[in-house]
Amino acid sequence: MCSMKNILILFAHPRYEKSRVNKALLEGIHGQDGITVNDLYEIYPDFNIDTAREQELLLAHQIIVWHYPLFQYGPPAMITQWMDLVLEHGWVHDAGGNRLEDKQIFATITSGGSRESYSHSGFNRHTMPELLFPLKQTAHLCRMTWLPPYVVQGTYCLTDEMLADYGEQYRQVLVRLAQSPPLKLFKGYDFLNDWIADVNRKKQP
Amino acid sequence: MTDSILGQAVVYLAAALICVPLAKRLGMGSVLGYLLAGILIGPFCLGFVGHEGEGIMHFAEFGVVMMLFLIGLELEPAHFWRMRSSILGLGSLQFVLTTLVLTGGLLLLGLGWRGALAAGLALSMSSTAIVLQSLKEKGLGSSQAGSASFAVLLFQDIAVIPILALLPFLAIQAGSGAVHGETPAFLDGLPVWVKAGSIFFAVAAVIIMGRYIVVPFLRIITKASVRELSVAAALLIIVSIAFLMKLVGLSPALGAFLAGVLLANSEFRHELESDIEPFKGLLLGLFFIAVGASINFRLLSDSPVTILSLVMGIIVLKAAVLFAAGKLFRLSFDQNSIFALGLSQVGEFAFVLFAFINRLGIIGGDWIDTLMAVTAISMTMTPLLLMMNERLVLPRFGTREQVEKEADFIDTEHAVIIAGFGSFGSTLGRFLRANGVQATILDNDSDQVDLLRKMGFKVFYGDATRLDILHSAGAGSARILFIAIDSPPTVSNLVETVKKHFPKLQIMARAGNNLDAHELLDLGVNHIYRGFLDTSVRAGVDVLTSLGYRRYSATRAGQNFMKYDEAAIHHLAPYRHDASDYISNFREQIRLQEQLLASDRASIHSQNDRAWDTIGPVTAAEESGLHPDGQEKGV
Repeated sequence: MCSMKNILILFAHPRYEKSRVNKALLEGIHGQDGITVNDLYEIYPDFNIDTAREQELLLAHQIIVWHYPLFQYGPPAMITQWMDLVLEHGWVHDAGGNRLEDKQIFATITSGGSRESYSHSGFNRHTMPELLFPLKQTAHLCRMTWLPPYVVQGTYCLTDEMLADYGEQYRQVLVRLAQSPPLKLFKGYDFLNDWIADVNRKKQP
Repeated sequence: MTDSILGQAVVYLAAALICVPLAKRLGMGSVLGYLLAGILIGPFCLGFVGHEGEGIMHFAEFGVVMMLFLIGLELEPAHFWRMRSSILGLGSLQFVLTTLVLTGGLLLLGLGWRGALAAGLALSMSSTAIVLQSLKEKGLGSSQAGSASFAVLLFQDIAVIPILALLPFLAIQAGSGAVHGETPAFLDGLPVWVKAGSIFFAVAAVIIMGRYIVVPFLRIITKASVRELSVAAALLIIVSIAFLMKLVGLSPALGAFLAGVLLANSEFRHELESDIEPFKGLLLGLFFIAVGASINFRLLSDSPVTILSLVMGIIVLKAAVLFAAGKLFRLSFDQNSIFALGLSQVGEFAFVLFAFINRLGIIGGDWIDTLMAVTAISMTMTPLLLMMNERLVLPRFGTREQVEKEADFIDTEHAVIIAGFGSFGSTLGRFLRANGVQATILDNDSDQVDLLRKMGFKVFYGDATRLDILHSAGAGSARILFIAIDSPPTVSNLVETVKKHFPKLQIMARAGNNLDAHELLDLGVNHIYRGFLDTSVRAGVDVLTSLGYRRYSATRAGQNFMKYDEAAIHHLAPYRHDASDYISNFREQIRLQEQLLASDRASIHSQNDRAWDTIGPVTAAEESGLHPDGQEKGV
């Protein structure tokens, strides 16, 4: 196996203490080697983000994850604040800014609405990948590689067992990604959920 | 009519109530007011109290006893250790030099060397009561002059113990072992070494009792948790020590001081302090009145030149020695002049020592009478001298009220004036300066002022409530005046002055507590910053976080609480005067606290982040399709 990639999870939830789903997800990867959870709301309760610290963290990791609950079809304010301050002009884009080049990035998103409601014919009228378009463009601007999102949807209907399964699946996704699978394997997948399911299916028989 | 205790009480209290406010009005300070009251009712003026105030003097000395107990209480070993160089260095230097100079002077006047030495020692004492009270009133307690004065006074207070122990030796050397004078203590007539030994024995007894009897006794008392009992216990401690000391012929004040020092390290320190404080204030006032009443004006009128020249001579010598000592310890001119003039009187311990010297027969009765009169008169001089220093000397020779402008210096008026540059004001000033906003500063601590000027601040020195200083500080053209002065009366005064003369100047102010904040609201100041609010809420946020709360939620709860608390204080302000105009400050403080607590319960703050709450389904909106996904919940 070639060298393992380090993963940086930029976690942003303003009311994490009340979130069952995100607790399950983060518990699954607790203590996992090579994964750093950067709990933004806990570290910057006043939104005063330490840009230098964040940039150093970025440099020390090869896979970046924006992990947040979906509010009003976008990320919580902290993620926007983080992008505004940390992805500085000249550091990650434009003249000489290529510090994040070829790092991989994706979003882990939890939403109350089900996957069906996020479709052209559904209540929310747009698919999740469509709603992520600004993030994807930001990644492109920073010359990073955009991977499909990992999602937990319809959260109100999830039982504790299902949540535990999601926790385990999230862990598997991260562990597999750290082993740097060839990028072409993600072709055709809208969600990392489907990719990891196929990977597991192929392994089983 | 004034023979009965009640009659006397009426005379004293009435005199104090008339004279003290008058004196304060004239800018003379309460000490001078009390002294004047004493002179007025004394045997040489109105004659309401007779016998040269002697009878009351005994009673009033109790004020001094209590004050020394309180000073002793202040003296934690750690505190003493921090001040060791100024207490031992400055204190001993001043004391030895003054004694030498005064003894030399008395020798020249024809006293024998023993008498001269004894009197010199007594005259070297300064008045703790007058100095501390005067400095406190002027707000100079924590200035350099204040702490140097405190150190010197402390050294003197401690020095009285060995002096009292050693005086008998001077007496027997003088060959007059016979003791005369007032009530003899039961030790009188014993050989001198027994007397000296007994004094040390009594001191040791106080030390042992303090340690092994008083503290356990206080523990039992406080268990009963009846407030009067602890007051009674505090008084009992002082009275019984005074009694014991009287018994062995020692000064009660000294015993109380010792007891105070012993209890300084106990857990009852603060309680004892607050129990005794009111008694102390009243009795000290009484003491000053008694000093005023005991001035022997007959002696003064018989030989005014002798007495007055003695007073002037002693004051000049003492002040000169103090000034030199202060110089050596690097006090600046302003601070040194306050220090030297402040301590230039002869103190209340001189009365004690003179009485003792008289009983030992070291000096003749005529001399004692004269010196007692000199002592009392010199005490009345102090407030006058300090006032003259403040009005006449310092403005001319001290720290300037403003720096003279150089010819080509274009004076840019600053938009912000900060009045009071203590820890609050200075933090504010530093923050503004760090962000490129220069402020003009008003402060009345000359050392602070000099330092700030060196660092390039534009500082005006003096009383911020004075109209001319406000004018020259640019109050006419500034936009904001920030008041960060500690004393609430000064703040109100300043607000009124500014509202009247500079109506366009926006006033922002710091308030020390909720009550002060209400006072400011009453005065029409709407920008009020309570010094404790942000810090305590921030501390609360950290406490919550340490208990495991999410930092962001705790921070938002803190922000909400502050917003709510600010609103509450404005909301409650109009109702403040409804209940009664007569409730005391303390009760009002409690009532305010109650109102705040009640409205705390009524409004559930920090619950307005419902948008992020993820408990309970919201899919109803999705299913019904009634409104857009405004309630979408991330989970």
